Order: sequence, then structure tokens, then C-alpha cells
Amino acid sequence: MARIGIRLTVNGEPVELEVEPRRLLVDVLRDDLDLTGTKVGCDTSSCGTCTVHLDGSAVKSCTVLAVQADGATVRTVENLASDDAENLHPLQAAFVEHHGLQCGFCTPGMLMTALDLVERNPDPDDGEIRHAIHGNLCRCTGYQSIVTSIREGARTMRGEQPRTWTEARAAEAPGLARKR
Amino acid sequence: MIPAPFDYARPASLDEALDLLAGADPSIRVLAGGQSLIPLMKLRLARPERLVDVGRIDELRGIRDRPDGGMSIGALTTWAALLDDPRIRRYGMLADALPQIGDVQVRNRGTIGGSLAHADPTSDIAAPALALDLELVARSAARGQRVIAATKFFTGPFTTALEPDEILTEVRIPPGDAAAGSAYAALPQLASGYPIAGVAVVLFRSPSSPAAPAAPAAPAAPGAYSRCLVGVTGVGDHPYRAVEVERAVVAGASFSDAAQEIATAQRVAADIHADREYRAAMAVVMARRALDAALARLG
Repeated sequence: MARIGIRLTVNGEPVELEVEPRRLLVDVLRDDLDLTGTKVGCDTSSCGTCTVHLDGSAVKSCTVLAVQADGATVRTVENLASDDAENLHPLQAAFVEHHGLQCGFCTPGMLMTALDLVERNPDPDDGEIRHAIHGNLCRCTGYQSIVTSIREGARTMRGEQPRTWTEARAAEAPGLARKR
Repeated sequence: MIPAPFDYARPASLDEALDLLAGADPSIRVLAGGQSLIPLMKLRLARPERLVDVGRIDELRGIRDRPDGGMSIGALTTWAALLDDPRIRRYGMLADALPQIGDVQVRNRGTIGGSLAHADPTSDIAAPALALDLELVARSAARGQRVIAATKFFTGPFTTALEPDEILTEVRIPPGDAAAGSAYAALPQLASGYPIAGVAVVLFRSPSSPAAPAAPAAPAAPGAYSRCLVGVTGVGDHPYRAVEVERAVVAGASFSDAAQEIATAQRVAADIHADREYRAAMAVVMARRALDAALARLG
């Protein structure tokens, strides 16, 4: 089958590739460009761990043909931390501090979906966060700590001082007490 | 999972795309956002030999007011763009239905035209499409433009009135009526999000009878509603208008009685998630909820 030439800008770098039309964006990112941070989970556009940003919007890269992305800008999870792993993106730092992951397999997609949300809505409430991650499945955490991580990461992105897990719990406590 | 091999063409204009389809070759499929077609191709339930990717044809994108007071939606308009548009959210049932379609990522990429042309019998958008009496505009190189009423569009599961050489280019919402209230109620299957039953209702109050009944459960006086349109998805083998409910509401039946008619003329679908009896019962509940919500929004 004839290959087609495509150009992408991936994490700020221009890339030229020749691909079979049937190849999926996620496979090109992982196998041709060695960007294995983006995962393949269900491969049926259900789980969301393959989420990347295509021209600034979160998409499931297992359900995009690489040829459809020709000319587009792609941002993957590798691009969140600047320079090195010591310099985490505020959302990544919040996932670490607030136990937003256990096995970590869903995390690349959770982060990219969360970033799409916070870029559009800098101060989401928990209901908006839950609606936003509807297309991202986690089988470990029960989601509560992911919601907390996104909420706290969004706080940091708004320029507020990051809170520790203990501080965030203390701030939540009145709400939890009311519910009981 | 990798789709079977196919040839790929990405025309830059609608005319070029229509020329590629002019032979009406059924092994050619039109690709828009790909959120329905690509999963089918990965499962090899669809094996087109050629894809015509219309995704870059900008003339097919965008939301415009029409001189008659209605709206024109380009077929390539994404769910996300529709949700962002306050003119679209004015339609209560669309404000209800759009956030239930897929998820954020699917809504960023999936298009209204692609979804309608795919014609999944459990598509959320099909019920509002029917209840809003949408007009679907199709073009072909051979015959030019024609307008298909939503009621004539869905002809079976994954089957529409579109011919193999046609592209769905535009979706028109007829002029709204300030006196209409509308709503969509659906019971999603929890894993997939697809509706087990979804019902969209538009209710028009009769100008001569402005008073609403005291409670939704109470029968309205005959003539309280001049018009009622009910679209149903997920229940039959393809989306349909529940004309029996529409007639009952206009005739003055209580909403609970009218809702009983939601699937009377249908062979109700059964699958592992819902057998016939359960799905039919849920369709009645969704009909009742959509009628009540539409009444609550009636101006």
C-alpha cells in the first residue's frame, strides 16, 4: 500500500514522515517517534490513555489516522515537564502530591485531558472535572484523588501557592463534615 | 488493532470530493472526524477500499443564522463547536443532548454530519434531529443539491437515505418558535454511554390557550398544545418519530398516558444490556421525563 508523506509539529519539533494511510496517530507517535509516554489501553476509544492534543484540543490518538493529522500540531505528555523530570508541570506535580495515580497507566491521558480542561476553564469545580474526564478510565484510584489532583493542579496554574496533601485535606474537611 | 489497507484521498474542495464519489462506488467511504468510522475499521466491521477525507473542506464547517430565522450547521462542525455556541444552546434539547454525546475527546473531533450519516440506531443526536424536524442537505456531482427531511433520512440501522455519490453538507434547523419548549432525556448504558432509550420532545403551546395545566401529571385541556414533536433513539431498529405520543399530547392526554404510546408502533430492540420489556419501560419513563422538562421550559 502506497505511503503518504505527512508533516507534523510534535512537541514543538517539525517532523516529516512517510506513513501508510491506515496507521494510527498513536502508533506513529510511539513506534516511529519513540514517544512512548502516550499509552494504548483499550484501543477502542474508550479508556483515553492515548489522549494527546491535536491543534490544541484533546483527542484520542488511537482514533485518529496519522494522515488526518498532516499539518497539525501535536502535543504529548512528554512535553509537559520542561527540560527534565525535576521540573514537573503543575498538573504532574499535583498528581504526585495528591496521589492521582497508582499504577500510572491512565495518567498520560488524564494529564492531557486535564490540561485541555484547565486551558479552557482555569477554575473548574469538581463536577466540571468529573465531566471532563468522562472519557478517561482509571482502574486503580476510584477517581477521587484524580479529581483532587486536577483541582489542585489548576490552582497552581492560576498562580496560587501549591498545597500539600494535608493542606488540601484540611481545606476540604468542612465540606466533608457537612456531607456527613 | 489496525484497519485493513485502503487508499486515501484528501480533496481540498467539496467539488473535488463529489467528483471522487461520482462513480457511486460502495467501497468508497467518506471520512469526516472519524470517531465512528475509524473504530469500525479497526474492528474490520468496515473495510472500505478508499477513504475520501473531507476533514479539510472548510466550506463544510461553521454555524450560521439563516434569513428565515433558522440555523445552518455545516456538516463538519464538531460537537465541541456546537456546545460552545450560545445560539445552539438556546435549543433546550440540544443543551441536554450534546454533553451526553461521546466524551470530551470525541466531541473535539466528532462531527454532526459524520454522526448523522453513520446513523447508529442508538445515536443521541438522532432524537433531537427528528424532534427539531431538521433538514439534511446532501450534494452530488450528478444531481446537485437536495434537501432530505429528518423523518425520511434514517431508513434502518446504520442506513440512511444518502446515495453513495452524495455527501451530507449541511444540517438546517427550521426557524424556532419562542413559544416552544424542548428537552432530551436518555438512560445511558453505563459503560458505553449510548442510550438504552432516548427521547427528545418539542412542545408548542397553543396561542389560544396560554394557561399551562396546574401540574404536569394533570391532563391538559384539549388544545393546550398546538403541536408536539417526539424523536426517539435507541429503542427501535432505527430512530423514529413517536407520532402516537404527539397526537395524544395534542388531543389533551396526560403526559403519563401519552408517554405509554412511545413504542407502540415499534419492534423494540433487545440486547445484552436491556431486553424488550425493560427497554420499552425505560422508553416510557424517558418520554415522560422529556415531556415534563419541555413543559417546564415552555415560554
